[in-house]
Amino acid sequence: MAQRVKFFLLGYGPLLTTIVVFILAFLIGGWLYPAMRSPQVFLNLFINGGSLLLVSIGQTLVILTAGIDLSVGGMIALTSTASAALLRAGVSPYIVIPLMVIMGVVFGFTLGCIIQYLKVQPFIATLMGLFFARGMAYIISLESVTIRDSFYKSLALTPLQLPFVDAYIYIPTLVGPFMLLVAIYLTYFTRFGRTIYAIGNNEQSALLMGLPVARTKIAVYAFSGLCSALAGIVFSISLLAGYGQFATGMELDAIASVVIGGTSLFGGIGSVIGTPFGVLINQTIVSILQFNGTLSSWWTRIGVGVLTLIFIGIQSVFYARRKYG
Amino acid sequence: MKNSSLLSRIRESRLFLPLGALVLILAFDAVYAPGFFKLGIIEDPVYGNHLYGNLIDVLNDGAPLALVAIGMTLVIATGGIDLSVGAVIAISGAMGAVLINPVLGQQLQLNVEAAKNATNTPLPIIVLATLAAGTLCGLWNGLLVTKAKIQPIVATLVLMVAGRGIAQLITNGQIMTIYYTPYFWFGNGFILGLPVSIYIVLAVAILAWVLVRKTSIGLFLESVGINAKASYYTGIDEKNVKLFAYTFCGLCGAIAGLILSSYVHSADANNLGLNYELDAILAVVMGGTLLAGGRFSIFASIVGAMVIWTFTLTVYTLGVPANALLAAKAMLVMLVILLYSEFFHLFLNRLSEWRAVRPEVQKGAERGTAS
Repeated sequence: MAQRVKFFLLGYGPLLTTIVVFILAFLIGGWLYPAMRSPQVFLNLFINGGSLLLVSIGQTLVILTAGIDLSVGGMIALTSTASAALLRAGVSPYIVIPLMVIMGVVFGFTLGCIIQYLKVQPFIATLMGLFFARGMAYIISLESVTIRDSFYKSLALTPLQLPFVDAYIYIPTLVGPFMLLVAIYLTYFTRFGRTIYAIGNNEQSALLMGLPVARTKIAVYAFSGLCSALAGIVFSISLLAGYGQFATGMELDAIASVVIGGTSLFGGIGSVIGTPFGVLINQTIVSILQFNGTLSSWWTRIGVGVLTLIFIGIQSVFYARRKYG
Repeated sequence: MKNSSLLSRIRESRLFLPLGALVLILAFDAVYAPGFFKLGIIEDPVYGNHLYGNLIDVLNDGAPLALVAIGMTLVIATGGIDLSVGAVIAISGAMGAVLINPVLGQQLQLNVEAAKNATNTPLPIIVLATLAAGTLCGLWNGLLVTKAKIQPIVATLVLMVAGRGIAQLITNGQIMTIYYTPYFWFGNGFILGLPVSIYIVLAVAILAWVLVRKTSIGLFLESVGINAKASYYTGIDEKNVKLFAYTFCGLCGAIAGLILSSYVHSADANNLGLNYELDAILAVVMGGTLLAGGRFSIFASIVGAMVIWTFTLTVYTLGVPANALLAAKAMLVMLVILLYSEFFHLFLNRLSEWRAVRPEVQKGAERGTAS
């Protein structure tokens, strides 16, 4: 029994720490600012963190294969600008949304192919993807494009009242949790998911075991592209605009959320379940700063950076023991 | 046969690709933007007569990038990467601006004339403090990589995320305009008709060259990059070598920050040195230094930086908006990556093999027809 507890702690220690840190952060916020105690503030974490959550889910899968996807912020900018421009041109949103999703998948697929077949390091290839996507967004429009489409507006402005508490969410908020369920299913209950972990632990062994390494890696980047495209749609709905400068530095927030969520950047260890807590911590810091109102918003970045470092330290303590202990 | 061996020797030279790219872009300019090569002498009451023209602009504007590329070369040679150079530039620029006039962050400067010669700190101390700030950032990166054993991408990513925040805190969230005239000399001054920044780059490049080629540090850097563990067992202090590389990269970033903030007369924590990390990595990759570490060439990286700025100015000359340049640059990176990929090397090798083999085949074919 003691042995079991030890293994449980070594495996899930970082995740548990993350959850504790999140609860503590929220409690501190509630203690400092009584207005933060309302359930709506808690739900706002999901509403405002919707696109970050989506992006982080895709990022988790990529990082589990020991890769990295820096292109997510650019993809959000491109998706939002492209959809806004298409809607302005009078294209129906029922065509625009699937089109954007396909674009995201194709984009991720291409990056995956470049990484897999041209043997380019993931961070270089995806950094290129980031600049390409952002540049394309600027080519579409140098200025912010407003969305006046009625379907988008209704999605953005219709609150969904929750049954028991006095609080609401929006329909696009649900996309993140839905994709989270999809990702949990993929990583825990399919061969594809097991292959991701195998690649992350040792790509060479995975290859020798006869696992479909190339296909899985490309699929993971395509999945991340899909998530970023969805995030871009959610982002453009919540702001009702598209602009090349949207989501600057989002990739860093996403990586930080994944790391804080207990996934090792060396790949192979961690789980997509921790990621939402990383996002929640990020959003809690943001809302505490908003409630404070006097501190510079740049403290978010500094806080997230410091937290990432701390969690890398925690991970190395827990995971190193698990591997060799 | 002799011809092809000379050809392959040229092809394998480190400077071949960057110089080839430079020539290609210049040739393109010669056709499509003839004004690109125009040089002239302008009379400048402040800095004396000096040369002007697009080529001078390439050298002057490319100087910060060349500096960062020098530092980045050493880091990449050890098998690492430094993503924080843009943030380091912002931090050191902010440092300089704050030391000149700390009040500026809180309130707008109204009396511009009076501010022209007013500074809170003497210039040498400003320069030293700026350089020290960047060097400290580099040292921090190096300590994270060597002592805390974090992967270089992640360790420097932390400073890339937090660095601009720190710069914002230094400048109090404002874009600080600099009015102090002597400070402008680094980015706008001229010595013997050529921009000061060129001399700074030359000095740093020669310093780096002497350090890595006239002492054993260069050899250590390469051996650590090729196999860190093996170097450790041969008695090379792998950690200190890496620490040196990151610290030096921080110093280079600081000098670049000094020049950039002096050039644009302001310190903008959000935009000073934006995207420099990508450009620097691109310059180094163009210079033929492998991202996996190992052999490197400082001068090839500088040429790589010049290629990037020639490309940038060419695209501007053609009237492409600055923001859309990102996409063009991404395509350039892609092209360079393709050129350096195993796939392309195999293709080239096969091509030269085919050329070498062909005479034999032809002889064989002739013999075949004769018999």
